[in-house]
Amino acid sequence: MKILVCISNVPDTTTKITFTDNNTQFNTQGVQYILNPYDEIALARAVELAENEQGTVTVLHVGDANADATLRKALAIGASDAVRINAQPTDAYFVASQIAAYAQDKGFDMILTGRESIDYNGTKVAAMLGEMLDIPSVSITKKITIEGNTGILEREIEGGKEVLAIPFPFVAGTAEGVADWKIPNMRGIMSARTKPLLVVEPIEVQGLSKIVKFESPASRTSVQLIDASEVGKLIDLLQSQGFLKN
Amino acid sequence: MSVLVYIENTEGKFKKSGFEVLSYAKTIANQLNTNLIALSIGNVADDDLKSLGNYGADKVLTVNHQNLKSFVNQAYSAIIAQAAKNSDASVVVLSNSFTGKGLAPRIAVKLQAGLADGAISLPDMADGKFIVKNNVFSSKAIAFVEITSAIKVLALMPNAYKVVETGGQATVENFDYQANESDFKTIIKEIVKASDKVSLPDAEIVVSAGRGLKGPENWGMIEELAALLGAAVACSKPVSDAHWRPHEEHVGQTGITVSPNLYIAIGISGAIQHIAGVSSSKIIVVINSDANAPFFKVADYGIVGDAFELVPQLIAAVKALKS
Ligand SMILES: Cc1cc2nc3c(=O)[nH]c(=O)nc-3n(C[C@H](O)[C@H](O)[C@H](O)COP(=O)(O)OP(=O)(O)OC[C@H]3O[C@@H](n4cnc5c(N)ncnc54)[C@H](O)[C@@H]3O)c2cc1C
Ligand SMILES: Nc1ncnc2c1ncn2[C@@H]1O[C@H](COP(=O)(O)O)[C@@H](O)[C@H]1O
Repeated sequence: MKILVCISNVPDTTTKITFTDNNTQFNTQGVQYILNPYDEIALARAVELAENEQGTVTVLHVGDANADATLRKALAIGASDAVRINAQPTDAYFVASQIAAYAQDKGFDMILTGRESIDYNGTKVAAMLGEMLDIPSVSITKKITIEGNTGILEREIEGGKEVLAIPFPFVAGTAEGVADWKIPNMRGIMSARTKPLLVVEPIEVQGLSKIVKFESPASRTSVQLIDASEVGKLIDLLQSQGFLKN
Repeated sequence: MSVLVYIENTEGKFKKSGFEVLSYAKTIANQLNTNLIALSIGNVADDDLKSLGNYGADKVLTVNHQNLKSFVNQAYSAIIAQAAKNSDASVVVLSNSFTGKGLAPRIAVKLQAGLADGAISLPDMADGKFIVKNNVFSSKAIAFVEITSAIKVLALMPNAYKVVETGGQATVENFDYQANESDFKTIIKEIVKASDKVSLPDAEIVVSAGRGLKGPENWGMIEELAALLGAAVACSKPVSDAHWRPHEEHVGQTGITVSPNLYIAIGISGAIQHIAGVSSSKIIVVINSDANAPFFKVADYGIVGDAFELVPQLIAAVKALKS
């Protein structure tokens, strides 16, 4: 079984988000980058599945050499090899086009992404990839098991879940629950140094959207504290704002 | 030219988020001085289809077929893209629901259209541009996304646009689509309903609790308060990690992002990763025994006190009000 895991390199979850150039560019000064948390669980599940089924796990990133440390971490967690498509992403369409062009003729049985990247929060790449490769996609997947050449996936739906059977190949975006986070062990870290990291040049793609400006969300006016002995006051406040209908 | 809007149904019934996308799409159709065409897929009663006119649809296209009874995202996105081409749509609008998130990117690729997901504003079309706002960096910032393609796809964030009744009438037509066998590879084996609880992503009110509740046995009062308020129940990450509550209730940076009108956080410290998933809520109420809990800094109303005393009092007060 051949699995591809798409990896994004994102600001650490505690990063203070600021902008430069008249609020048109994200300020990367002093920002610590990490493997996107959702991609980390996609990778953890891919490694588990590959171990069970004698498969391989390739990790792929679209971006510049700054992400090589993150790719090495993915190798330490258990990926067999890494690929970096050497381009600065402009939008999800651009990223998915690059991944699709690479994956097209490689015979992957399963392509995993995270459900979203925690920087641009799109939940877009998985379904775009599915469409570009003309294969099924599940954008928010809670569980993946394999039965022969079929993936059994649980998809989150409003008010419940759906169990799907999808023949290889398919794309799945993984959410919490597909696997536990894996911490690389010493052997993994040592072997990661010698595993292949291939750099591929991008194909020509015109993005279809771009971010022209950023803005900080409106800050809340300071909190109105209500005394613990006057709980009814809170209820009155909420009622006056129309929250407590009969 | 036209604006096409896809309206989801759950077991044949339209939901509030569907009326939100209709009202939003209607305003865009008005901006563009064009018609609004609504598309419904699945088995929906004729009267319900007609009722979409009351939210601005000029025409309703319906597709109903045995093999489309349940959601298959490849087939559904193929139909929506065909309807968009057929109606010469320049803007396609969906909800940014779980379903919409699976559909919108596929439709965008089919139409070679730029996609603004999680839209929180109407498009700004000044100077011939098309710019929509959405939340990025886990709601720590707002991006102005310019779509540069001829066709645009927008997925509207739940609770981001008010439902407006227009009193209009819509005609209903069957839409003939070209089925493709390869669009039906995904087989739905089972649908598991989590009872009749309010669904979290599009809930108007969310009651959420954290590790301050000490253990799963104490969630009865949280569920009772939520039921009284017509709210969905949510929790912090450590709570679902410890299996006190199911993963699908976990909100935050690595969980579900919610933007209800009212978010009540009980016994949650307000870590940055938690706030990331809830900060676009309109009103935030925090109940925490520690006056220095960071959550108070982003709250509108707060009570410093013990959840085990305060929540029962809140329940009693709501009950008193209702009776
Ligand atoms: C990469 C990453 C991603 C993460 N993603 C998420 C995420 O998506 N969502 C998320 O929630 N967290 C996430 N976290 C974890 C986050 O950092 C916090 O650890 C977590 O939110 C804390 O949960 P809590 O507030 O329930 O628990 P605690 O931090 O333990 O807080 C409990 C609170 O309850 C209060 N309390 C105690 N007793 C009472 C009482 N009797 N009455 C009232 N109040 C009481 C305490 O004062 C305290 O403020 C993430 C962390 C990382 C590193
Ligand atoms: N630059 C990138 N290179 C490789 N994979 C990516 C990149 N950006 C996003 N992805 C993948 O797509 C998923 C969803 O991202 P998004 O659609 O941006 O929310 C991520 O979790 C990654 O798995």
